[in-house]
Amino acid sequence: MQTIIEVTDLTYMYRSGSGNNVLALNKVNMQVYRGEILAITGQNGSGKSTLARHFNALLTPRSGEVIVNGLSVADEKNTAAIRRAVGMVFQNPDNQLVSSVVEEDIAFGPENLGLSQAEIVNRVDWALESLNLEAYRHRSPNSLSEGQKQLVAIAGVLAMKPTCIILDEPTAHLDPRGKREVLDNVLRLNREEGITTVLLTHFMNEVVHCDRMIVMDQGEIKMTGSPRDLFRLTEQIKALGLDLPAASKLAHGLNLKGLNLPENILTTEELVNSLCQ
Amino acid sequence: MPIVVKDLCFSYKQDTPFEKKVLHNISLSIKDGEFVGMIGPTQSGKTTLAQHFNALLAPQSGSVTVNSDLTSDPQVDLVGLRLKVGYVFQNPDYQLFAQTVGEDIAFGPQNQKLGKEAVKERVTAAMDQVGLDFDTFSKRDIYALSGGQKRRAAIAGVLACKPEILILDDVTAGLDPRGREEILTVIRELHQKQKITIIYISNSMDEAAELCERIVVINQGRILLDGPSRDIFKESEKLRSIGLEIPEAISVIEKLQERGFHISSIPLNLEEAIKYIAGAYLDREAKR
Repeated sequence: MQTIIEVTDLTYMYRSGSGNNVLALNKVNMQVYRGEILAITGQNGSGKSTLARHFNALLTPRSGEVIVNGLSVADEKNTAAIRRAVGMVFQNPDNQLVSSVVEEDIAFGPENLGLSQAEIVNRVDWALESLNLEAYRHRSPNSLSEGQKQLVAIAGVLAMKPTCIILDEPTAHLDPRGKREVLDNVLRLNREEGITTVLLTHFMNEVVHCDRMIVMDQGEIKMTGSPRDLFRLTEQIKALGLDLPAASKLAHGLNLKGLNLPENILTTEELVNSLCQ
Repeated sequence: MPIVVKDLCFSYKQDTPFEKKVLHNISLSIKDGEFVGMIGPTQSGKTTLAQHFNALLAPQSGSVTVNSDLTSDPQVDLVGLRLKVGYVFQNPDYQLFAQTVGEDIAFGPQNQKLGKEAVKERVTAAMDQVGLDFDTFSKRDIYALSGGQKRRAAIAGVLACKPEILILDDVTAGLDPRGREEILTVIRELHQKQKITIIYISNSMDEAAELCERIVVINQGRILLDGPSRDIFKESEKLRSIGLEIPEAISVIEKLQERGFHISSIPLNLEEAIKYIAGAYLDREAKR
């Protein structure tokens, strides 16, 4: 497996409003592999966003090392290349969208790469198509639903042709339909376009679809593994302030009532299939 | 303090070319002590409707009566009304404005011209109701609070005015699972112990199922469904068609029914679901 992002002994401290030093990251070691979809989860304040902001040089390491595509994030000369390779999508699309027309918004990134007009048009078309947004290309982002706005923000990052996309709680403020639209598209981009994806989220029903997950707590990585392996460790997951997927909770509760279901059920389909066997 | 809404219509930018009608002939009544979920997708009109309940918005046509006072009546004491019908907004950063938690929560009672001791009593009681310890938190800077603590401080600020009706507008958005569970526990206790009428606005059917006795489903400015929670979840097709998701426990049961399981009850939480599924499963095994 090829490593795209390599984090070694990363420590990050900041000064809070009341003047105290807060250790946001404490000797973090982790990797992001090419082509995978990795979930980073943990309570508010556990350090997820601080860690992810090092991946595209929004923050630079003061202690430890972050290497992206072989380039050190600490070296300012690499910043532009790293930001082309790693795109970031934030929680609120309104903070990310800059233009009053969808296709212009998506063109903004490629235009700043100094590409030819023809290549810009190609990329915008491709990004719109990849996210099924063609029908909205001439619309104003303000006329779209919140979920669609978030898809436009993702398309804008996609048009940069990044190796890796970081999504920082992209569904936190969306309604159920918006959440589903964004998650389905993120999963599809990963599988069909092979885009390496890092998804920061509190929603366990999103985590279950990822290849790997990392659980953070108080600036440290507490668990790393596949959702199937980690969600069976129910007590540890709860102690870290997280929830279990609803299907896992049901399976666990049913086993306490004397059923004999597999301990690593993650989804509704798996639960129903096991019960019908 | 019952609320009665009759034929309420509301448009933004009324009488301009940009007029957008967001409420269409809404009629609804909420009785004392009810715990009502107002559930709908983004931009369905649920917040606009709720903002009529404490006269943040005045009806353009139709009427809203709170405790026999018409909110459109110029004689009505709107300040008094807003103390009785407390509104907690989605984003606590819009609601909290003082330096410390204690000062922020004291703001309402101070404006009710209460004495220093009475204000302190109100603040202590309100903080206690939301599970923020007075000694630990009253002097704490608002900016030093976590997301969940901020939400609780915002609720305490409204509770300190002793409302009879509490409107909670999407108060769990953006919280992590533990923060969310803490807020839900606080809300449940407020209803059970204080008997406050609660209007819970959300787009989450999971939360509505866990908390509310009655659910009003709003879509495109109209009431789509209104009834006891269990009855609402029988309409899973309708709920899905407007983009709401039904709780996973219920969709597991629906899928089991399709595959021949005999489960006739609709669960509102995981414990009930486990009981129903285990019962049906063991029956089925016994017959094999």
